[in-house]
Parts: sequence; structure tokens; C-alpha cells
Amino acid sequence: MSRLLRPASRLVSSSIARPAARNAFQSFPRVPAIVQSRGYAKESGVKEYTVRDALNEALAEELELNPKVFILGEEVAQYNGAYKVTKGLLDRFGDKRVIDTPITESGFCGLAVGAALAGLHPVCEFMTFNFAMQAIDQIVNSAAKTHYMSGGIQPCNITFRGPNGFASGVAAQHSQDYSAWYGSIPGLKVVTPWSAEDAKGLLKAAIRDPNPVCVLENELLYGQSFPMSEAAQKDDFVIPFGKAKIERAGKDLTIVTLSRCVGQSLVAAEALKKKYGVEVEVINLRSIKPLDVEAIVKSVKKTHRLLAVESGFPAFGVGAELLALTMEYAFDYLDAPAQRITGAEVPTPYALKLEQMSFPDETLIENYAKKMLRL
Amino acid sequence: MLSRTLRTSRAAPLRVLSRGGYGVTKRAVTTDAASAHADKDAVPEEDDKPFQVHLSDESFETYELDPPPYTMETTKKELKQMYYDMVSVRRMEMAADRLYKEKKIRGFCHLSTGQEAVAVGIEHSLTKEDDIITAYRCHGFALMRGGTVKSIIGELLGRREGIAYGKGGSMHMFAKGFYGGNGIVGAQVPVGAGLAFAHQYNGNKNTTVALYGDGASNQGQVFEAFNMAKLWNLPILFGCENNKYGMGTAANRSSALTDYYKRGQYIPGLKVNGMDVLAVKAAVAYGKAHTVAGLGPLVLEYVTYRYGGHSMSDPGTTYRTREEIQRMRSTQDPIAGLKQKLLEWNVTTEEELKGIDQEARKAVDGEVAEAEKMEFPEATGKVLYEDIYVRGSEPQFMRGRTPDENYYY
Ligand SMILES: Cc1ncc(C[n+]2csc(CCOP(=O)(O)OP(=O)(O)O)c2C)c(N)n1
Ligand SMILES: [Mg+2]
Repeated sequence: MSRLLRPASRLVSSSIARPAARNAFQSFPRVPAIVQSRGYAKESGVKEYTVRDALNEALAEELELNPKVFILGEEVAQYNGAYKVTKGLLDRFGDKRVIDTPITESGFCGLAVGAALAGLHPVCEFMTFNFAMQAIDQIVNSAAKTHYMSGGIQPCNITFRGPNGFASGVAAQHSQDYSAWYGSIPGLKVVTPWSAEDAKGLLKAAIRDPNPVCVLENELLYGQSFPMSEAAQKDDFVIPFGKAKIERAGKDLTIVTLSRCVGQSLVAAEALKKKYGVEVEVINLRSIKPLDVEAIVKSVKKTHRLLAVESGFPAFGVGAELLALTMEYAFDYLDAPAQRITGAEVPTPYALKLEQMSFPDETLIENYAKKMLRL
Repeated sequence: MLSRTLRTSRAAPLRVLSRGGYGVTKRAVTTDAASAHADKDAVPEEDDKPFQVHLSDESFETYELDPPPYTMETTKKELKQMYYDMVSVRRMEMAADRLYKEKKIRGFCHLSTGQEAVAVGIEHSLTKEDDIITAYRCHGFALMRGGTVKSIIGELLGRREGIAYGKGGSMHMFAKGFYGGNGIVGAQVPVGAGLAFAHQYNGNKNTTVALYGDGASNQGQVFEAFNMAKLWNLPILFGCENNKYGMGTAANRSSALTDYYKRGQYIPGLKVNGMDVLAVKAAVAYGKAHTVAGLGPLVLEYVTYRYGGHSMSDPGTTYRTREEIQRMRSTQDPIAGLKQKLLEWNVTTEEELKGIDQEARKAVDGEVAEAEKMEFPEATGKVLYEDIYVRGSEPQFMRGRTPDENYYY
């Protein structure tokens, strides 16, 4: 009887507005954090955070706020995480909530999905997303499709996270970008944080979101420091999905990008400004599913040129998708064909110089943008 | 000296298998690297004249299987070669250690220091027509399978003349009868079953040794491979290199049953002292005969120890005590163990042994120096895009990062 009333979906909508089971002794500001974070942060309260610290804080806060949240994965507990993202969490939350698994991705991912179906909110860490390929069936078939297959009866609130994409010197099997793979699956949400604020706000939103969410982090960003606004340092800070962020405003060219390529694009934009006086707008997608088409269209209306920058394989990739969307929704505003920079179509080679030819970098972005702008 | 865990199990009375029909293995397996015996007076003058060595009764434990004979034949020449091989592997890993610290090796670098007897013992019981497949801790196997020190170190350095032409790095190396060098934990095990399938299909009298770690042993596909191998009677020796840890996780924290040799359930198992190169050789020779006779797969467990961290970036001391590492290094070392035996049995003299040591070191060091002089691959599209497909069968072009970087074959 109650199933016919779709209690699951109801529960779900209420839990969006009010993260469940907050500690009664904590008080929260009523204004949604996202409003506060947009540009109003006082410079004084800004602190430097590494992406690693931001992720760690997000996990700690969500573990603190909601007893249904737990984290499992290889080396997450006693070893403090292969990349130290889960440092200190075992000590603080105990081995009921922070769980070392055997090296059995398909198994522990499936188990986490089951726990999510039963109402818990697992954070399933993959040491890297390369190893999630062992478990992709559970992510796609068991997690992403169940809500739909059940006619909305059965939600699956789970977060899959770990480093994704290019990592240096580790060759073909350990250096691949899966954004396009997960981004193509209806039923999944997929976020791709770049900065520390992105990392914290998106991971927290992922854990609270009632759907399966993939958080595609990047190992090379873990140690990078970014300013974190005062609002973002609070435990109610979340970043809504499907809203891109204009990291740098401009009028001559729109670069749409994600994850590590955001930083590279900003460097290129700065160089283009210095050398040629052109203003490049850099859009950080933050989430690729949902994807903020509106922000792209708006920007193209202004700049009339678009360059997508990503580091996955070119064929059937994120860049291809961005170009297709631009064709579909912004064709009339373009002064030139939209273009893409991607990873090269090659399994990642080990040797440094070959590896360098396989992924975008600042100079390549600068030069290609220059060419597009006929500078 | 026994390690702490082994000490307790040894305290148990003589172990008798409860299920009937199989011979009795005498004792719990130890990691004593110098436990074999030979009658010194029976050791012949001639280098290649066979004589008998008696393995300790703590060399094997079995599961649903008669133990291998505790007596094996060997020659002075073979023993010295085994010694030379283990010294070479260690010297090469030491060079890798140094080069990594000098920042000349990128990414991951997993060393097998402490585990040399496994790679060397296995090789000495196989022919080049048999197959080996393993994970990323592969340098020693690559060397034993016929890769040169120069090409292996060259690969670690990302050079054009590396064993994989600089494309693979530390984790990926291949040679005749050696199928890598694989980076995804556990994935090599069913692939190994496929190699065995091909031997059976082609009617070869050969075996496949498929190695994986104590951590990897829990991957589902390992059990999938077990099932097919038994179902189809494949000539394969599954081999768990139990070095007690998978990264920072001790075996008993990852595995519900740490008797890895019993985990084939319906496949007979054999646990081997993996610090004693002679025991390893005897076990694999016995296993090969078993599979070649059409008796189906075996699950071997090589009890060993990794001296260093999981990879070069892991100090390896946060999840185990320094004392434990020190005890293994100083009392169970496979090279020191064999050395002691060679001297005890008059197989060689202190003098000759020093010569062998020096020769091995000199050879390795020389090749390492040569590797350091090798060229890096040229940063061209031709080099980057070669070998994605079999030559001559490539698509018209591969896309670069931008269309103007496209490479046309
Ligand atoms: C599918 C997969 N998951 C995780 C990893 C990361 N990883 C590499 S080695 C390793 C530990 C493996 O331990 P074990 O099998 O005991 O082998 P050892 O390193 O001790 O030789 C882990 C977790 C991986 N490479 N592949
Ligand atoms: Mg291990």
C-alpha cells in the first residue's frame, strides 16, 4: 500500500531541503549557503585549502551530520587513504563508519549499492576510477537504473568517488578519463570538481543528493591549494548540480572546460590577455550531468566563439558532446565552428615526452585559442 | 627464525590432513630459506652431475593433494645459476630503487626485493614454452623470462630501447612466454587461464603459471578462473604470492581464509616455502607434471615477504613493525639461505661464491649504465601512435589533441 504512494520519492524530496538527522545541538543559518558563497564572502575569512583537505572536510562533515553516511573502499581507514583523502576519519568516526575493503571492486561496490537501496548513504571510494571499471556494471546497472526500473519506488542514494583521469607516469592502465562513460548514463549524476570549493561543495551535494552520483576527482589536483571562502568553510555549504561557474569573464572566446583543464585554461586565458589583449571567458562546468547548457549559450551569445577543453579520449567524448550541444542550441550565435581540445587518441604512454603529447597543456590551449581568434 | 604468525601454527602437533587418501604433509610451512639438506660427501666433483637434496619437512603443506617428493635432484651448476639469478634480480631492483630516488623513474615502481626465490624457483622448473603471467611486481619475472637488465631498466627509465619501447614503464613488460606485467589487480588470473586453455587447445605439453598477490586473491574473477580451469581441466598453476600484505592491508584483514592454497576449494592446493628457491623449484616441477599429465589445475601459495614498501612511494613501515621487516631480512633471506647451503654442501667455495657475486653485480651494473645512456623516444606522432594497432592494420589516422595534431599512418 505505502509503496503505491511512492514513499521513497517523497522521502527523497524532503531530504533535499533538509539534510536528515542533523545534530540537534548545531544551529544552521537559514539562508542557503550557495547564496552566501556567490561573491559576498568577506576577504578576511578566506583560507587556503588543498583540494585534499576540502574533500576530507566534506566527508567529515557529512559523516558528522548524518549517521546514515558511511565510507568504504580500499585503504580508506587504517592507511588513511591511498592519497590521504580520508585521513583521520577512522580515528574520528570509528570502523563502523570508515571501512577498509578487500581489493574487490565489483563486490564492495555492489554491496554499497545494496546498502543504499536499503536506505543508507554510502560513499564508495575507488582508489582510482581506473579500478571502477571492475565495478562499472554495478554502477550503471544496479545503481543508476534501479530508480527508473522500479517505477520510482526504489531510490539509490550513493556516492561513488575517487581520482579520475590523467595521472603522471603511470601508463595506460592507470591513466584514463571516464567522464564521458559516466556522463552518458541516464540515472547517474556526474560532477567534476576543480577547485577546493568545488571539491567540498560538490562532494557534499553528492552525498546529500538522493540519486547515485559519481564524483570524478583528479589526483594531480589533490595537493593544489585554492582560496576557500568563509561560507564554503561552513558545514552547510553545497554547490548545486547543473550550474557552471564563470571562472573568468570575457567577450572574445568562450572556453568550456572541467576538472584540471580549468586551471590550465585560466593560465592560457591570462597569457592571451597579456600577449594579445583578448578577453577569454572560462567556464568551469563543475557538473557534466546535469550539464549547464544555458551558461554555454549565454556565453556564446556574448563571445560568438567556443572552444571545449577536456582531457579524455576525443572520440565520443565530453568535448564532442559540448560541440554537439553548441550546434543544437547556439549555432546562430557562432561566428566560427566550435572547436575542441582533448586528450590524444592513444593509450597513455609511459615515457614523459610521449605522455606530454597525449594531454592538453597551457601552451596548447593558448596556441589553439590564438589560432581560432586569428591573432 | 619463524615469523610471528608462523610460530603459533608450528606449535601445533604434527599436522595430519583430516580427509583420507592423501599423503601426510609433515609440518607447517616456514619461511626458513636454509632448511634443505644434502650429504656433503655425496656432492660430486663435476658441475653438471646430478645429486640429491632433501627438502625440509616444513617446505610444503597440501590440500587434497599428495605432497611433492621431499627429495630432489640438482647439480652444482644449477644451484650456482639459481644463486646468480637471485643476486641479479636483487641487484637490478636495487638499481631501480636508486634510479627512482634520483627521480629518473616516473610513476609507480614496485620492487620484489625479498621475493626473488619465487621468480627464480619458478623459472628453473619451466621451459621457455611454458607461460608466466603476473601483476605489476614484474621486474624479476621479466628478467628470468629472458628480458635483459638493460631493457628492463631502460623501460623503467622510459627509453626507446626499453623492453616495451618506453610505452609500458615499470608495470608493463612482456617477453616470449611472459604475458606481463599487468596493472589491474586480479585481471591477469583469468587471462592466465586463457593461456592454459590455448596450451590445451593446441595439444601442447606445457603449463601456465598465473601469479597474483594475497590482496588480489579476493577478486571475484580469480574464482571465476578457478571454476573454468577445473571445469575444463586446464593446465594451469594458479600461484598466490603471499607476501603478507596488499598495500597497507595485512592478509588477515583482507581475506576470510588466509590459507590461500585452499581457496580453490575443488582444486587441490600446495603451500610452499617461498623463501627457499629449492622448495619453489620442486613444487612447480611437481605442479607442472601434474597439469601436463592432464590432472587439471593446482592452487599454489608461495609464502614470502616483501622487504620494501608496496611501491617506492610507500615507506612500508606504518602497517608493520620495523622489527618484523628486520627479522625477515636478517633470518629468512632467500639469497643468504641458499648461500649458506652452497657453502655447507661444498658446492662452491667462499672464494668462488664471491666471484659469482661480483660477476652478477658487474653484469647488472654494466647493463644499468648502458640503459642510462639509451635515448628517450622521439617526441613525434610516428612514435606516439605506433603500435596502437598491429602494423599495417591501422585505421587511416588517429586524432591528436587538436585536429592539426592528427597522425596519418
Ligand atoms: C583492480 C585494482 N584495484 C586496486 C588497485 C590498486 N592496487 C595496486 S596493487 C594493490 C595491492 C595488491 O596487493 P597484493 O595482491 O597482495 O600484491 P602485492 O602488491 O603484495 O604484490 C592495490 C590495491 C589496482 N591496481 N587494481
Ligand atoms: Mg601482497
